[in-house]
Amino acid sequence: MARNRTGSESLNVSSARSQRFLFSNIIMHRLTIEQAVEGLQARKFSSAELTQAIYDRIDKIEGSVSAYIHLTREMAQQQAQDADRLIAQGEKKPLLGVPIALKDLICAQGTRTTCGSKILNDFVSPYDATVVRRLKDAGAVLIGKTNMDEFGMGSSTENSWHGTSKNPWNLERTPGGSSGGSAVAVSANECIAALGSDTGGSIRQPASFCGITGLKPTYGRVSRFGLIAYASSLDQIGPMTKTVADSAIMLNVICGKDPKDSTSAEVAVPDFSQALRQDVKGMRVGLPSEYFTSGLDPEVEESIRKSAKTLESLGMEIVDVSLPHLEYAVACYYIVACAEASANLSRYDGVKYGYRSERSETLMDMYSNTREEGFGKEVKRRILLGTFVLSSGYYDAYYLKGQKVRTLIKNDFENAFKQCDVIASPTAPAPAFKFNEKTGDPLQMYLSDIYTISANLAGVPGMSIPCGQSSTGLPIGLQLMAKHFDEETLLRVGHQYQQNTDHHLKFPSL
Amino acid sequence: MTKKFEIEKLVQLARLSLSDDEKAQLEGDLLSILGYIDKLETLDTSNIEPTSQALSVHNVFREDELTEKVSGEECLQLAPAHYKDHYEAPKII
Repeated sequence: MARNRTGSESLNVSSARSQRFLFSNIIMHRLTIEQAVEGLQARKFSSAELTQAIYDRIDKIEGSVSAYIHLTREMAQQQAQDADRLIAQGEKKPLLGVPIALKDLICAQGTRTTCGSKILNDFVSPYDATVVRRLKDAGAVLIGKTNMDEFGMGSSTENSWHGTSKNPWNLERTPGGSSGGSAVAVSANECIAALGSDTGGSIRQPASFCGITGLKPTYGRVSRFGLIAYASSLDQIGPMTKTVADSAIMLNVICGKDPKDSTSAEVAVPDFSQALRQDVKGMRVGLPSEYFTSGLDPEVEESIRKSAKTLESLGMEIVDVSLPHLEYAVACYYIVACAEASANLSRYDGVKYGYRSERSETLMDMYSNTREEGFGKEVKRRILLGTFVLSSGYYDAYYLKGQKVRTLIKNDFENAFKQCDVIASPTAPAPAFKFNEKTGDPLQMYLSDIYTISANLAGVPGMSIPCGQSSTGLPIGLQLMAKHFDEETLLRVGHQYQQNTDHHLKFPSL
Repeated sequence: MTKKFEIEKLVQLARLSLSDDEKAQLEGDLLSILGYIDKLETLDTSNIEPTSQALSVHNVFREDELTEKVSGEECLQLAPAHYKDHYEAPKII
């Protein structure tokens, strides 16, 4: 930490130099957004130093965990210098000088955006996603692009064309997915915070597996412009952070109506950080009985029930609720998501961008060879399933049926929220599984998302926060879900929980 | 379950081209997944409206004005092959 770093000498922070040496006792890569902003504003260290500390950390452990597909060092160093200049001028912005990682399906101008796929391996985005523009406007330093299951299709990062990421708590286990790389980067302190995306649990399940906080906002809360589409009626970008308070800061930055995404919602945007300060006395937390049946790991169940007790001790009232169509959610999801995926992924044709097969005489051959060589097996599986459920003669029996069941699932939530303010459940049925444990059986892999999928189908916000560990030292996640656009309640309950527990303060010994 | 699809036809519709091994494996996977999905048949949905978007859908209009643009040249640079200001692709027939 004490070594001299390029860039730090040119900063106009000489008055803070002695403080900076004092601060060098603090391990910078472990900081939260709140702590980083505080330290930067107090000139205890510069953004250039903080950014370098993150890259030092990455250089040290990335070989073990493989969180990133590629790093954006030059861009980050420039952004850090710009941030330091602004800080020196007295500028204040929510993420000014803070190193942030992006899941590699979020476009950032001039950077590769591969989506974990061979078909986009050389794609360099010509524009910024709206969330990236907002991060830049808030002063963030973009560190790199994180690993993921190809096109977001998977629950372990084992479907990434770039190879798998490893769970920092146990390198023989998957980090979950599809935003596994972002979860690993946050958990292993290879960034201060990250963005992920969630179509059926892809923020919450890896957050749970890696012991961090992950928030999937309400559908429409955050613009999807510049997010490479998987299933457009379910996809949502959200923060993956070390604390709930950090998720509130990130959500403040990225949310809001965007003219470039017609499904982004025109709703009032509160200050989510303000919501954290309110207590939870008198609020009702619903435990859905269907989530506590066979198939749930006993250690996970114990942790969740213990968390409910903690919430009760904070003055919340525990009520029983029912989400009776839970057991149909996975089937419904795979109809809806795959149908949308088969349409969305038809754009990869080898003509306008991305990979093109070299061994084709005719246009039609070029299409099919390009897609055959460019897509991985899980993507092909879902394209075929989606093609089938939309095909003539089967549309009503599958796609329309799926959409009707989606209505039933949505109604379940409306009914449950008549009795409670927030629903608490496990995020995943078990802690992180081993590599290759589920790759041979796609259905088993799909079922690992059983508790998270319903929130996407219903469009409600969901958040996973660490709530304990298994006897083998693997993190366990508590899922909180709330009404449409009531992220304030999630953040408030989650923050109060973290104020009274220490699960979120633990980090892997890497 | 009874086989409701011809894998060959699906592969063609999806513009894929699978090896025989891959075809056999994915056909088996699809059969097993569709078998699981069949559990939806037990639900009576005769009076239920379908949901395509979780939140209400309404038209969003705006003026058709250029606010910022990516140049044609930049777009063509992304293509695997281009000739002058055109995309280049193999012959159609």
